[in-house]
Amino acid sequence: MYLASVGPLRTPLRRVPGNVVALGIVSLVTDVSAEMVTAILPLYLVFGLGLNPLQFGLLDGLYAGATAVLRLVGGHVADRWRRLKTVAGVGYALSAISKLGFLAAGSTVPAIGAVLAIDRAGKGIRTAPRDALISLSSDPSTMGRSFGVHRALDTIGAFLGPLVAALVLWASLNDYNSVFVTSFALATCGVILLTAFVRDQSPPAPSARGLPMLSLLRDPNFRRCCLWAAALGLFTITDSFVYLAVQRRWDISTSLFPLLPLGTAGTFLLLAIPLGRLGDRVGRWRVFIGGHLALVVALLLVCGPVGAWWLVLALHGLFYAATDGVLPAAVGPLLPENFRASGLAVLQTGQALARMAAAVTVGLLWTLSDLRPALLVFTLALLVITIAAAVFKPLEVRR
Amino acid sequence: MRRRVLAAIGVLALVGGAITYVAYAREGRPAENAVPVVTGQPMRFDGKTLFFRNLADGPDSGKLAAVPIADPGAARRVGELRCDRFAAAHGTAICLRLKAGSLPAMTDMIVLDANLRERHREALPGTPSRARVSPDGRFVNWTLFVTGDSYAATGFSTRTGLYEVDTGRLVKTIEELAVFVDGKRYFASDVNYWGITFADDGNRFYVTMASKGKTYLIEADYRAYRGTAIAENVECPSLSPDGRRIAYKQKVSNGVWRLAVLDLATRRITHPPDSRPVDDQPVWQGNNTLLYPLRNSDNTLDLWSVGLTTPAKLLIPQATSPSFA
Repeated sequence: MYLASVGPLRTPLRRVPGNVVALGIVSLVTDVSAEMVTAILPLYLVFGLGLNPLQFGLLDGLYAGATAVLRLVGGHVADRWRRLKTVAGVGYALSAISKLGFLAAGSTVPAIGAVLAIDRAGKGIRTAPRDALISLSSDPSTMGRSFGVHRALDTIGAFLGPLVAALVLWASLNDYNSVFVTSFALATCGVILLTAFVRDQSPPAPSARGLPMLSLLRDPNFRRCCLWAAALGLFTITDSFVYLAVQRRWDISTSLFPLLPLGTAGTFLLLAIPLGRLGDRVGRWRVFIGGHLALVVALLLVCGPVGAWWLVLALHGLFYAATDGVLPAAVGPLLPENFRASGLAVLQTGQALARMAAAVTVGLLWTLSDLRPALLVFTLALLVITIAAAVFKPLEVRR
Repeated sequence: MRRRVLAAIGVLALVGGAITYVAYAREGRPAENAVPVVTGQPMRFDGKTLFFRNLADGPDSGKLAAVPIADPGAARRVGELRCDRFAAAHGTAICLRLKAGSLPAMTDMIVLDANLRERHREALPGTPSRARVSPDGRFVNWTLFVTGDSYAATGFSTRTGLYEVDTGRLVKTIEELAVFVDGKRYFASDVNYWGITFADDGNRFYVTMASKGKTYLIEADYRAYRGTAIAENVECPSLSPDGRRIAYKQKVSNGVWRLAVLDLATRRITHPPDSRPVDDQPVWQGNNTLLYPLRNSDNTLDLWSVGLTTPAKLLIPQATSPSFA
């Protein structure tokens, strides 16, 4: 096929590169696979295996930290070997295999922990090379749109996952193994689609020796981006706190509570592409800053006397649409092509670690006082940092 | 082109394989019961029956089953009622049943009368964990596992609630209970409750409260709606009919518990002669014998009984959630 063999569709206007669409579809299929397992995991542990689920919560923080470190490794190795697609593929394949691991692990708690760890490891490894591929496959002037398309497709997968899981449970008369087998099949489809339809981008060989990540941080523009992203992350309130606060403020019934994230995801899905394009036109850093202002407004609504829960969720979704894909789109062009995966890994790991610290801090503040004062303190700090990041913006983020 | 064809074949093979697996899982259920089962017999409370959840392989797995207390080895009678947790006392029963196809999970809490007819139903978020009826039959209570409740996004927590059968008053969670630890009112955002057991006065109850890595036994007054921590490391309490002792699961290590009995007057803790790992709220048969499920080699549960000082014996294989009625 002509198109597949010459590489990404680079129609100058209006169109999104074929490679980006292909990566988006790989993410969609993979996210269906991942979210179906996430949706049934509590049921499976308690019902399928008869385990006491309270022994699982502790492992979670550990995994988040390990994922962050593996993201750096994935980015570094992908750049070093100049094999973005291969490293991303290894990450996708690890997560696929882990789905079969659930069948093998049975009810052994450490084995289930190991299976979950392999799944997260795969996610950690693939993120940076995948975002580097999106970045390198796109024209710098429309990179916001490319990331928007990818994140929108990704979110569709997250929406479909629980529905597919419910369908499989219904069709198999509540057989959990069927869900894992289906999830494995879909994840493997994702790997096949990646192999067959995504073209690798081979940037020029890296010239630097040692740790290129450190030399990247010597660049003042990139350093500022990382610092601001981390500083904002330090005061970004974790999703579950937002939902808990919304539930308390508007006294939302506990049976509707698990549906609140759908409000955020729905807005994210609708706005990811328009806001990515807006970033291409008026400047991605501006949109990134605007997204954080939306979060500030959302949180003030939660604390204040006016507003409605759906407005908070819409603003929360807007925050994600204006930041999640927009940040790598803003920073990608600053990085040399041969260090793009490493650079994006550093950026996103810093942000992720800062957000983890934020979760712990809010939890602590909440325990010491109450949810509302904790939220208010955080929101005001976020506002200050957001204004600072708008004033002292990275020098060369023009777009 | 060749690459696309290969990819298409691969995707079709995987999707086809998954569909085949699902279809096989649907058809591959055993058609016959692995143990003798009697159907069509009336099931009601007569004070001489032991009810439990049947776990033996077959079409009646997961159904409520009954045997005479005097002859627990008899063929189990089953009806049509399916419950994941069941408990009964004084003409009232509670049946917790996971709602099919609900993601995130929802549980039907069903209140039944002495003829196992439905009196009331509530849909509650979570998966069934514990269920009990107060000795006077006026309260049913339950514990469900819920997710997404804690700030560690994938963390689990428990939600314990109760329902006044006579008045229809529903308490979805007892987290508002005013609790005192070491004489001081206890406040924390991470409080979890599980496993209520009522005294026969229909007012005093015991429950486990967990917070900041510790578990407390709370003695509570329902009308005053306040409770006091009277001991630590007591989970899933079960008050003996004479009100003198509490049987419970005592933590040995992370994820492992054993059976223990606390004498409320002397605060002395004894261990019935069975040290195998147990993870349930024990049930009293009289004031000297305990019933509890233990995991078997099929990775299901068997129902065991043990005296406070006499050795354990297998009561009913492939069974859990026992109740005398």
